[in-house]
Amino acid sequence: MQLHSDRPIAVDVRDAVKVYGDFTALKRVSLSIHDNEFFTLLGPSGCGKTTLLRMIAGFEDVTEGSIALFGEPIAALPPHKRPVNTVFQNYALFPHMTVLDNVGFGLEMLGRSKSEARKRAGEVLDMVQLSQFSSRKPSQLSGGQQQRVALARALAPQPKVLLLDEPLSALDLKLRKAMQLELKHLQRETGITFIFVTHDQEEALTMSDRIAVMSAGELQQLGDAREIYERPKNRFVADFIGDTNLIEVTVDAVAEGQAKCHLGGGHALICDAVEGVKAGDKVHMSMRPERLFLSEEPIAAEGFRGTVRENIFIGTDITTIVALNEGPDFTIRASNSSRGNSRVFDIGAEVVVNMEQGAGRLLTD
Amino acid sequence: MAGGASTGGSSQSETFAPARYWLLLPSWVTLTILVLAPVSMMMGYSFLTKEFRGGVIWEFSLSAYDQFFFDRGLFGDDPPVLQWTYISIFWRSIWQAGVATLMSLVIGFPTAYFIATRPEKERAIWVFLVTIPYWVNLLIRTVSMKFLLRDQGPLNDLLVGSGLLSEPLTIVNTNFAVQLGLFYSYLPFMVLPIYAAAERYNFALSEAAADLYATRWTVLRRILLPSVKPGIVAGCILVFVPSLGSFLAPDLLGGAKNFMIGSLIEEQFKGNAGNWPFGAAASMILLTLVMVILLISARQQAKGGK
Amino acid sequence: MAMKSYDLRQYPSFKAITIFCLFILYAPLLVVTVYSFNDSVSITNWEGVSLRWYAEVFTGAESEKFKIAARNSFVIALIAASASTVMATFAATAILRGGRFKLRTASFGLISLPLMVPEIVTAVATLIFFNAIGVDRGLITILLAHIAFCIPFAYLPISARMQGIEATYEQAAMDLYATRAKAFTRVLLPLMMPGIISGWLLAFIVSLDDFIITNFVKGAGVETLPTAIFGSVKQGIKPNIMAISTMLLGVSVVMVTLSWLISRRDNNK
Repeated sequence: MQLHSDRPIAVDVRDAVKVYGDFTALKRVSLSIHDNEFFTLLGPSGCGKTTLLRMIAGFEDVTEGSIALFGEPIAALPPHKRPVNTVFQNYALFPHMTVLDNVGFGLEMLGRSKSEARKRAGEVLDMVQLSQFSSRKPSQLSGGQQQRVALARALAPQPKVLLLDEPLSALDLKLRKAMQLELKHLQRETGITFIFVTHDQEEALTMSDRIAVMSAGELQQLGDAREIYERPKNRFVADFIGDTNLIEVTVDAVAEGQAKCHLGGGHALICDAVEGVKAGDKVHMSMRPERLFLSEEPIAAEGFRGTVRENIFIGTDITTIVALNEGPDFTIRASNSSRGNSRVFDIGAEVVVNMEQGAGRLLTD
Repeated sequence: MAGGASTGGSSQSETFAPARYWLLLPSWVTLTILVLAPVSMMMGYSFLTKEFRGGVIWEFSLSAYDQFFFDRGLFGDDPPVLQWTYISIFWRSIWQAGVATLMSLVIGFPTAYFIATRPEKERAIWVFLVTIPYWVNLLIRTVSMKFLLRDQGPLNDLLVGSGLLSEPLTIVNTNFAVQLGLFYSYLPFMVLPIYAAAERYNFALSEAAADLYATRWTVLRRILLPSVKPGIVAGCILVFVPSLGSFLAPDLLGGAKNFMIGSLIEEQFKGNAGNWPFGAAASMILLTLVMVILLISARQQAKGGK
Repeated sequence: MAMKSYDLRQYPSFKAITIFCLFILYAPLLVVTVYSFNDSVSITNWEGVSLRWYAEVFTGAESEKFKIAARNSFVIALIAASASTVMATFAATAILRGGRFKLRTASFGLISLPLMVPEIVTAVATLIFFNAIGVDRGLITILLAHIAFCIPFAYLPISARMQGIEATYEQAAMDLYATRAKAFTRVLLPLMMPGIISGWLLAFIVSLDDFIITNFVKGAGVETLPTAIFGSVKQGIKPNIMAISTMLLGVSVVMVTLSWLISRRDNNK
């Protein structure tokens, strides 16, 4: 993976605050987005991700703090003076203009002649494979085609940063998956910084170089996909990204980067220590279901004995729910493949739940 | 014309905020000079003294209002007696407008409801059919009504010719003719708001009530009517208010015996009476009446909305 | 008889009442239209179809009076509708796209004022006003009163249309480097056009039809079509009045139909 931190900073958000009346939508958020990065703002609705995007675009003013674009503060610039373009959630394609005129609109506004704007618009439409639709009105296109026109329109003026506000949310699953890949390719080809807003964690993991997880107006964690999936900083991130077992544990001792803990019912286990955790703390631990596996007899010292309650077949995987003897329920996922080291047990079978090395992640809040 | 102060939508768009005062300026200037200032001036006039030949003397006086409510004898020095001439004209106007409103409701509600239950594609056509007559000149409509209702008019021809009546029915120059004229003038105003309310009505409520053993007419009374009440109230106001101050229907269909406020006011400025302060005072009383009705209904609506 | 399904939506007699309602609305207009083609001096007897009263309107003794009145009416309606539509478009932009501001509700109230004040009261007030400031009554006073009175009628369809246009269109335009003025002329205005046309047509008809205000603020000898017709009708309904009425009725119906078709075509998109 390339190191983005070597590149210049495209968008620098410093202590940004947004207040609407008595509601604070954004609480002092700071983050730096690097040039040529596919950056995603991820979070549930109302977390402030769209507000932040609209602040960068210039549709919302900044209550406090600053936003800079390649070092230039832009808070005072109206949207039409920012070299930033947006792909809107519902596309906002001008219904009274043809596809070609829609795509050429930005260039025309920048002072290019109509013919020049059209020529360039045609090229961009080529890039998204829509040149045969250039004389149609947006209402004559399918949802996926409209989506690509919106993309072409935003790319045509060659912005320094492209903002995408949940652009795929209106598409059906198959098309969405295809568009995810197409977007990723376009970003690589054009070299433009993409800032992508979504509430879909899978989409974020698929496409992004880095992801900022947001909740309740605050930045929860910033990192690449693997980092936020495997080393979530807190309960919110662990729970929001993927499935997990969030189990309350008591820390018995911390030594040499390792923490000795036990669950309710007295099951003991050892995991990596994290900063700020000391003996006697009651904290949560996140264990991803696919990093747990079942066996008939204990393999290591830290297996938990329990009974199979439910087997759920979901095609690629089989999910098993195990109730520990005196303790919480666990969800375990095994891949539906003969190569796996896991086997399926019948409901009611006595089993042992085992953890892979480093599967347990302590969370401080 | 509904009294609600809805500024429409919850749109908070600020795209043109920097230009907003410039954009509003032309309307402000026009409406302030040509509506707000004149109405204020009219209020002032109602407190002036009348001059003999129709003008005014700039001297404060309550005599216009006094004349409206009291009789002080021929030379103005008798003790004041409540005088009913003008009060009864107002009372008749309220009565006539009320009857016209009731007639509109009786015809308008079933019509609006019927349209609202048509298949979606047909509805626009029905609504269109109901609205067309409203856009036809009110004067022409009133004249047409008079033409139709005359003693020797087509309606009487039909009634006598078919043997239903032996003698033509006298309708023109009766209170009923005025009520009919007002009803005819403003009927679409009753249909449209009720239609808007009925179209949004959730028919599952009717089904739920029927499921719980309500008959069709009980459903109408207990469920449907309360649900579309805001539309009914709006419709009644939209018919009642313009009926109250209307001029053409009473003037053309009512004749001299069936005077209403509108004619009384008109006479002060056009006719021989020529008392401008009195006309202004009568207008002020009418305006106050209308504003009170609008205010009460707006208050009710605000309460209902919560 | 086969058992009818029990449709809760339908009430017996409602359909009959609706038909009756439409009958009442249209009967007087149809009767006048039919009688305008009556080949008789008397308005009572039917003596066959003829266009003589239409000819009378254009060539008869009163034709000059009605021609001038018609010209006045149409010129005033044209100017009043155009002026009020421009003002209403601007006002709607400020009220619906200008964010929240102190005078927003007050502005909306001011615009609706002519709809809330009874027409006869507006007429009286306007007359007193013109008289007090010493303006001679004539075509100009009629025009001014009509412009003010038409603003809310133009405003209603325009604002209804604007509420249906998402603000993201202008935002998208500005995101694509359009200035505020360009976003207005290139995006908002074209999208609002059906509403603006409807507003203009309705304002035009309101002005064309107005009798009460015109009757108060017109000077002696100045007539518009409605005041001329009213003056004539006072002496009794004559066949040529029915011919004029039928033509005016036709104008109204055509314009409302146009307005309806425009708004409908757009909704179907």
